[in-house]
Amino acid sequence: MSQATPVLEVEGLSKSFGERAALREVSFEVGRGELLAVLGPNGAGKTTLLSILAGIARQDAGRIERTNGEIGWVPQQAGLYRRLTVEENLRLFARMEEADDIDGIVDRMLDQTGLEERRHDQVSSLSGGNQQRINIAIGLLGDPSVLLLDEPSSGLDPSQRVRLWEFVAGLAKGGTTVIYSTHQIEEASHYGDRLVVLADGETIFDGSFAQMRRAAGPRPKGTVADPENDFVRFLRKQGH
Amino acid sequence: MRWLLVKDLQLLRRSPLVTGLLVVYPIVLAVLIGLAISRSPDKPRVAFLNQIPNGAGLDLGGSGFSQDEARHQLCAKIECVTATSREDVEQKVKDGDVLGGLILPADFISKLQAELGTNSSEPATVDVIVNDDDPLKSQVVDDRIRSLLTEANLLISEKISDVAGNYEQILANGGSFEIPFLNQTVRILGLQKAEQILNEVEASLPPEKRAQVSEVSDFARLARQNLALADSLLSSIRQPIAVDRQVIAGSVPPLDTFAVAVAAAITLLFVTVLLVSGSLALEREENTYTRLTRGMVSRTGLLVEKATLGTGAALIVTLLMLAAISPFESISWSRIYLIVPAILLAGVASSALGLAIGAAAKEVRASALLAFALALPVAFISLVPSGTVSKGLLDVIHVIAGVFPFRAAVDALSGALSASGPDLGLPLLHLALLTLGYLVIARLALRRFA
Repeated sequence: MSQATPVLEVEGLSKSFGERAALREVSFEVGRGELLAVLGPNGAGKTTLLSILAGIARQDAGRIERTNGEIGWVPQQAGLYRRLTVEENLRLFARMEEADDIDGIVDRMLDQTGLEERRHDQVSSLSGGNQQRINIAIGLLGDPSVLLLDEPSSGLDPSQRVRLWEFVAGLAKGGTTVIYSTHQIEEASHYGDRLVVLADGETIFDGSFAQMRRAAGPRPKGTVADPENDFVRFLRKQGH
Repeated sequence: MRWLLVKDLQLLRRSPLVTGLLVVYPIVLAVLIGLAISRSPDKPRVAFLNQIPNGAGLDLGGSGFSQDEARHQLCAKIECVTATSREDVEQKVKDGDVLGGLILPADFISKLQAELGTNSSEPATVDVIVNDDDPLKSQVVDDRIRSLLTEANLLISEKISDVAGNYEQILANGGSFEIPFLNQTVRILGLQKAEQILNEVEASLPPEKRAQVSEVSDFARLARQNLALADSLLSSIRQPIAVDRQVIAGSVPPLDTFAVAVAAAITLLFVTVLLVSGSLALEREENTYTRLTRGMVSRTGLLVEKATLGTGAALIVTLLMLAAISPFESISWSRIYLIVPAILLAGVASSALGLAIGAAAKEVRASALLAFALALPVAFISLVPSGTVSKGLLDVIHVIAGVFPFRAAVDALSGALSASGPDLGLPLLHLALLTLGYLVIARLALRRFA
């Protein structure tokens, strides 16, 4: 459970695609500046949950309450115009967000992403990690209180991932609530204040990584301490 | 290499629309073209109405034509579709069942006979009925009719030449001939005999020989009169049959203006459809569509933005093209108040088609392929004139051409560029309806776009 003041409350969210239930009565709440990792195997319902929170998809049942502010959304694949420069992309989306101070916000985002020197470079010439940073920066243009990241580190190399998570952690420290989906338990254990574990559309865990490891039970003799092993053990114990 | 091929086949299998079109479209086109070739009449179909009374034929000094012979000659060159009345001819032309109509009026033979026999000022005239809904067809009809009349006139002049040859023999050798209609036989001395007479009187001219000299004088007078008759005869040989061309529907711009309209419409269609379809598909390829429609812009707003882009491009490109053509073809810039609306509506309809293609194809390359696959053959099919293919096939072509904006754009631009072109109202309404239809298709396709 969140220790901070909740900025977003989700209760009984359900969604089906035909006969297949993607989400079954998912409930949680998240506080200001919290880093919440939505974890689960492929097809668990992570992207569906984030899509509903972002307003892209509509739930069949349940409700979403947010106290104030916007919800920013960062898709898994960078939604950028690759033939435009970094600055042109930021400027375009800032205008689309109807930001008051276009120049100011573009400069701020270039500073935050550390891409000031590459502001005139075409996005297609940037690395995947840098493209993802701009992708996140565009999600932040509306100055959201909650930022949703759909598997933000997929396709990035280890050093790019580290830089990305340092950037995201900085956002959370600045008070932005970050909800991100991932199927990499190591990232969730390192960078998540809290984990919500989904399996077959159901919430099977909501708490810290340490609580989950305890819930997974004792480590078998001869195995090394590894978050991935702990997570698999936990899933098996839960029948998944 | 093998796995790349397998991968490409898998991609095609996952794009059923493109794959289906890739397979079905060439088949449909091949069938249409095949039908057009195999069923296209070798001779143009012309509705033929003969109002000349039975038995009447052309008499040229004992020689001439019977009606049966004339019909046989005519129908060897064209496919004569027998009509029962003038109204029947007009209906057949209007329906596009025939390329044109040819009517031989009841007084045709008598007028022709009079024209050839005397110095009649009223020409024998055939009535040609055409539907000027298409400058190309109009050109085809004119060429065919001109060719037919040239042949008919040549045939008559050959007959007249035979008759004239007889006259020449009489003038040279002497003899007699009958003047048509007057039932009068004229005896001609002939130049040969005149020469003999002159030889006889050459030596001396005593008073008793004056009668013979007088006869020579008479011959000279008759010869002069006959030569005068030959002048009018030769005049009528040049073109004994005239044409009264009647248009039952449609108005046709000059062929040059039509060519400009076609060129402008093709450019407009290709530029707009490719630009708009590619631009919409790019939003999906760049993963920006969901981001944009999440709150920055509505789906309909996005379509309107793309249509505006396409219409603006259509206006600029088409005006530039017309400006570039101006030194070679006269463009009526005073009609700019009609040209601009025609371009705008053609542009917005083409943009709407591009939106439907882009929304359905989802990928830039697929949308470009679809745009080419649709626009190019449709442009050619739309220009097939009525009467040049069978009626059933023409109906199919009309339906296909009618659901695409090309033909309506050509008509709108023709009407805008030339005062003698078709009315603007109908093509503009057609374009407006197509715009609505394609926008609905595009909006529905966007539901599955992300």
